Amino acid sequence: MISFLQNIGQAALGFFASFGRIALFTTNAVRWTLLPPYYLRQFLRQLLDIGFFSLPVVGLTTLFSGMVLALQSYTGFARFSAEDTVATVVVLSVTRELGPVLAGLMVAGRVGASIAAEIGTMRVTDQIDALDTLSTRPMQYLVAPRILAGMICLPFLVLVGDLIGVFGGYIVGVYRLDFNPSIYLSRTLEYLEFADVAMGLIKAAVFGFLIALMGCYHGYYSGRGAEGVGRATTNAVVSSSILILISNYLVTVLFFG
Amino acid sequence: MTKKAYAEINEMQTKIEMQNVVKTFGRKNVLKGINLSVNAKESLALIGTSGCGKSITLKCLLGLITADDGSIKVDGKEICGADRKTMEGLRRSFGMTFQFGALFDSLPIWENVTFRLRKQQKMSRNDARDLAVETITQLGLSPQVIDQYPAELSGGMQKRVALARAIADKPEILLFDEPTSGLDPITGGVIDRLIIDAVKRLGATAMTISHDMASVRRIADKVAMIHNGVIIWSGKVTEMDDTGIPEVNQFVHGLSEGPLTLAAKEEAWRG
Ligand SMILES: Nc1ncnc2c1ncn2[C@@H]1O[C@H](COP(=O)(O)OP(=O)(O)OP(=O)(O)O)[C@@H](O)[C@H]1O
Ligand SMILES: [Mg+2]
Repeated sequence: MISFLQNIGQAALGFFASFGRIALFTTNAVRWTLLPPYYLRQFLRQLLDIGFFSLPVVGLTTLFSGMVLALQSYTGFARFSAEDTVATVVVLSVTRELGPVLAGLMVAGRVGASIAAEIGTMRVTDQIDALDTLSTRPMQYLVAPRILAGMICLPFLVLVGDLIGVFGGYIVGVYRLDFNPSIYLSRTLEYLEFADVAMGLIKAAVFGFLIALMGCYHGYYSGRGAEGVGRATTNAVVSSSILILISNYLVTVLFFG
Repeated sequence: MTKKAYAEINEMQTKIEMQNVVKTFGRKNVLKGINLSVNAKESLALIGTSGCGKSITLKCLLGLITADDGSIKVDGKEICGADRKTMEGLRRSFGMTFQFGALFDSLPIWENVTFRLRKQQKMSRNDARDLAVETITQLGLSPQVIDQYPAELSGGMQKRVALARAIADKPEILLFDEPTSGLDPITGGVIDRLIIDAVKRLGATAMTISHDMASVRRIADKVAMIHNGVIIWSGKVTEMDDTGIPEVNQFVHGLSEGPLTLAAKEEAWRG
């Protein structure tokens, strides 16, 4: 009984300790991102890594999601003869929800893992200590460029993903469901508002921040050896995915009411 | 000379002073109270069995690991519990090589070697490349390697690049974690020479972790041995052979029989 309580107590302590550590890491990361010096070359490298090289993954995911969305919503709406809303449904779901969330989750898998692995390896091979010794703050040299690049790249990726997703819906709509191309297009644009796209982009920036933050955090506090880095990578992907889903709801609620 | 002035000179000469430094990882009490002092322009060798906490001691000194208790003074300035600014200012006077090199994978050799000068003093690209060539040729590496990446070099070459990085901007205090392990005897000799040079010519203060007793005899003025989380002996390198302490004797002469057994080490860990 005592040991049972002890275990619970220990788990709770552990939870609060890591919560505090994350909060501290986050404030530090944000603070050092804002303060000079800025490492431009590191930042550009991250832009390329996070933004450019994620394009194929995000493009493919949103393309097929847009296509399947058109098919499924057609089946659904045909049951009460509302087929012609397909275009509107596709564009609204893609820009408001699917684009940001799918891009976010895919990038969390790709980029979150690689950030955690890279920084984790630097931790276990003493490279982070070496940075400190050479009078360069790891927070500014490693963490800040990644967070900034994450927040800038994700909205850009989502914008591209939105276009490709809507295009996927258009392909299915026109070539499989026999919609008239110009009617499909005009329906796509008819009810779309700027706010829909903007909401998606704001979500994307939040997701980008969370992905980079979790990658950096887990890498920074990586355990020792290859096993430690492996665990850091997994934790980075899992935690950023969960945070993306939670924050997605929160941002939606914020804009909804 | 008055007593006070004498004391002042004495005080000035002590570059590094560790008092009762304690560090525990979980249940493992690694350092149980390290007392150590190094005078300016002196070369100290730190010895001890594998896993006794030598690397940890150096990391505490740089503030990379925070000691749980005790006092560490550099130039009379307390660094245990010092704020970030003090620590950052202090680190400028340190150069350190890590046990496994710790070169930056993503940067070519010349940028590794001149990292601090480039980032802190905005040294120009050309000057930095020249300096990198100059420094690594001193260590017997060919100038061509400066455009390669650490992963393309052998372990021994990486070690030498790490050494070049530590000495490139001629810091006052040099910390070397096993600088000659894994090197051939000739290169090892070159590195010993370099450490002696840095101390004698540049007037640096050096702390070197080494398992190589021949090298210790060449480079060190003083020797300190860690065992069971404390310094069991420190003194002049010339006195190392006849301390009368069985552990030191066994270690210095590399005997398999003696108080230092694997079991004793296990116990030391559990504390
Ligand atoms: N981050 C850490 N977490 C837990 N234990 C650690 C950590 N770092 C070091 N240790 C433990 O502290 C002890 C001392 O480690 P240290 O690296 O200082 O040994 P060392 O004297 O340098 O040995 P070697 O000669 O093999 O390099 C070891 O038992 C090690 O397991
Ligand atoms: Mg060591």
